[in-house]
Amino acid sequence: MEFQISGKAKKSIITAAVVGLILFLVGVFTNNEPEYLKSRVISNFLIDSLFFLFISLGALFFLALQYATETGWSVAIKRVLEGVSSYVIIGAITVCAVFAYLSFTDGGYTVNDHGHHVGHVYEWMDHHMVENDAILQGKSGFLNKTFFWGATIVYFAIYLLFYRGFRKRSLQEDLEGGTKLHFKNFAKAALFLVLFGYTSSTFTWHWIMSIDAHWFSTLYGWYVFSGMWLTAMVCTMLLIMYLKGKGHLEKVNDSHIHDLGKWIFALSFLWSYLFFSQFMLYWYANMGEEVVYYLFRFENYKVIFWGMFIINFTIPMLILMSREAKRHAGILIVVCLIIIVGHWTDVYMLITPGVMGEHGKIGIIELGLFLVFASGFVFWVLNTLTKAPLMPKNHPYLDESKHHEI
Amino acid sequence: MHKESAIREPLILGHKTYHDITEDVCRSIEGKAPKAWYIMFGIALIVGLYGVGCILYLLGTGIGTWGLNKTVEWAWDITNFVWWVGIGHAGTLISAVLLLFRQKWRMAINRSAEAMTIFAVFMAGLFPLIHMGRLWVGYWVLPIPNQFGSLWVNFNSPLLWDVFAISTYLSVSLVFWYIGLLPDFATIRDRAKSPVAKRVYSVLSFGWSGRAKHWSRFEIVSLVLAGLATPLVFSVHSIVSFDFATSVIPGWHTTIFPPYFVAGAVFSGFAMVQTLLLVLRKGMKLEAYIHTKHVEYMNIVIMVTGSMVGVAYLTELFMSWYSGVEYEAYAFLNRATGPYWWAYTCMMTANVLSPQFMWFKKLRRSLLFTFFISIIVNIGMWFERFVIIVTSIHQDYLPSSWSMFYPTWVDIGIYIGTIGLFFVFYLLYARYFPVLAISEVKTILKSSGESYKNGSAEIHTSHSKIVHTEMEEVAVEEEIVEDKSEKINSLISKIGAGSMDNKDDLKLISGVGPVLEKTLNSIGIYSFEQVSKMTKSEYDLLDSITGSFPGRAERDDWAAQAKELMNKTK
Repeated sequence: MEFQISGKAKKSIITAAVVGLILFLVGVFTNNEPEYLKSRVISNFLIDSLFFLFISLGALFFLALQYATETGWSVAIKRVLEGVSSYVIIGAITVCAVFAYLSFTDGGYTVNDHGHHVGHVYEWMDHHMVENDAILQGKSGFLNKTFFWGATIVYFAIYLLFYRGFRKRSLQEDLEGGTKLHFKNFAKAALFLVLFGYTSSTFTWHWIMSIDAHWFSTLYGWYVFSGMWLTAMVCTMLLIMYLKGKGHLEKVNDSHIHDLGKWIFALSFLWSYLFFSQFMLYWYANMGEEVVYYLFRFENYKVIFWGMFIINFTIPMLILMSREAKRHAGILIVVCLIIIVGHWTDVYMLITPGVMGEHGKIGIIELGLFLVFASGFVFWVLNTLTKAPLMPKNHPYLDESKHHEI
Repeated sequence: MHKESAIREPLILGHKTYHDITEDVCRSIEGKAPKAWYIMFGIALIVGLYGVGCILYLLGTGIGTWGLNKTVEWAWDITNFVWWVGIGHAGTLISAVLLLFRQKWRMAINRSAEAMTIFAVFMAGLFPLIHMGRLWVGYWVLPIPNQFGSLWVNFNSPLLWDVFAISTYLSVSLVFWYIGLLPDFATIRDRAKSPVAKRVYSVLSFGWSGRAKHWSRFEIVSLVLAGLATPLVFSVHSIVSFDFATSVIPGWHTTIFPPYFVAGAVFSGFAMVQTLLLVLRKGMKLEAYIHTKHVEYMNIVIMVTGSMVGVAYLTELFMSWYSGVEYEAYAFLNRATGPYWWAYTCMMTANVLSPQFMWFKKLRRSLLFTFFISIIVNIGMWFERFVIIVTSIHQDYLPSSWSMFYPTWVDIGIYIGTIGLFFVFYLLYARYFPVLAISEVKTILKSSGESYKNGSAEIHTSHSKIVHTEMEEVAVEEEIVEDKSEKINSLISKIGAGSMDNKDDLKLISGVGPVLEKTLNSIGIYSFEQVSKMTKSEYDLLDSITGSFPGRAERDDWAAQAKELMNKTK
């Protein structure tokens, strides 16, 4: 039985998108801080574009990891991973659109009452700012539009190419069988992991760390990466729950769900560990140019910043600790939804304070735009899932996965 | 039932039985040690004793016997400490993290890797102790009340966190290792002939009886300890990295240190495991259990962790420029081009470039090349710590106090001595302890043993009585199957072949239900026409094929019914 998007699901997706759009527009038109509106809207577009792109990249990474580590159990959920990673195409388009806007508007600044340029996303794109700033001038070898775009195009070329390759060979394997394609996937996955290992750090420097252009941290790339990996696992879990609820994926049993639950549990720890490592070292050393990043967040975003960390750390840790919870659909769905909100807030914390200073808020603009992007994401992923059988055929480890029991 | 794909390589080569595994592991414990063991043990003991002598000299004379000076206040001592802690990382990673990842290949190496971990942590712990200078007040590092003479310890200091982290790690690793040893000690106890050995191993095995209850508890404890040990693997080296990263010294203070130290520790730990096991498997004739595939897996771990370390080096290098902090930039410039450029080059070549050879399948499956690279990595990781520690401080903010570090004979003696002591422990372990986890290796024999994977195990064991009857049963079953297909052929030849396309509803024949219809279809009977041609002999044939409801078809006279139905449908 092939998967089809039901009429009800289509209706829900469209409703969510329309409600989101209305909320967003109402938020924009009833907004009473016109001087910050532009920054707020553009940073929201950046947050949601990146958040959903990261989910697809996390899934693509995990898919490659399964090939490269010759993992058996995950074959039964392989098509779901392919579905989630298929969004990389749309993610690339939305992210590039935001970048294009920012490039043409020199970082998306607003002119305030005194004639100053404020509220940039990328301060370093505005030559007025760079002229008076020795630190930005020092970084201009890395932070300039040409390099930014060149690198961005390379990143997306790599991700799209490898996504298409994995998907193509996966479908081809269904028809042809044999082990030739499997070993090709193994080799390509290893190559992808190397490229991703480097670029996943550098793109976070280019795209996000450069928002706080004066600030720097060597751990930044790995920290952002752990968050994207986790959210990808969470989305995969939710999708599997949905598909199983519709009677699909009958070969995905409790043990598969348990394993995926363990990944979510472990990656929540990894993320918290990296958050703590970066934060603690800067807080402890207390050096001005470093700790300013955190001080600013303590002072202006206390509740969001700490709330985000505490929820993302403690909820998965406490709830998913037990074996039973990792096999219980209801508990898993609730925890997964909390993590999605928590990690969207993490991305919000990465971007908004750098763009809007102390004026960042979470309201119906944020909620509305998130809903619009989320419904687009869900539709695209479900649509990919309709295009191929949900259970791969002829994968050499298929039998291991079908008989998976822990 | 677990399945293992045919394309996975076997983990136990050749044909081994459960008994063979016990024999192979116990041989070295029960037999005499070879001459080579005595030679190696003698050398290790002499080197170790020399190290102990150097330590006593240091304690008697003072820290001034080291080559430290007022600029370079930390050098070989802390380098050796971090090097040994790093080596002590792989064991618990193999036993805990790989257990959670269900990597079966770990079973051949976990015991020895854990032993290595414990001895390496012993060696590591030595350095902070002797570095205190006054070893007799070593208890001051513990949070005890002031009446004992100490000042209350500084909980803000990462050095104190180290004390807690490493002692916790050591305790858990030790318990984990020992729990795994219990059933194997019991095996040796049960086989021991001399009363002394029997007595010793029965004490060591804690009265293990092999009851189901013992096994059940054993498995629960292993899993719980694995769960506890996994965060510990991360915590230990993260906290070691805090010793440096919490400071404000350029080159030390950087956020990537915790995860990058963990990756580096796993990297160096696996290199040491390779060095030790490549010798051990040859010396103790365990080539069937620790073979090319295991070496290949470990080489891949080395390649991955080495590359992570490489990414971290490059990230640090980039950020030292990107940060715009001139001190930070200078620290790295000085590392790469200053007076210690050779140490930096050595580190980069050994840690970043040499693991990249493992991309080639030929090289990572070559035992000799692996041994060579493992030594290179061990050296490289020592240099990494030396580079981080010494080159970051030897040219500090004040050029008038810039200096170099030159080790004295005491520095060298203590370092070499710890290597000797480590091997003393390790050789004793290899002689008296089961170096393979006997009971664990047995659990994978049937799923990952070569002879079981390719089916030749049946030939090997056919003289064993139980298996023999089993084989006979299989043969009888096969006969039946063959017999059946012959009968079906003769039946179909008499009544004519049918097909799905002109299928009639056989359920209309009274006495044929949906189940029986399916059975008939599976034989190849689809239409009334076929049924109508059946006579007594065909009924008997059908009964002997299906084996159910004998005589029913005849009683209900299916052929007549089918003829009628045929006429009706026409």
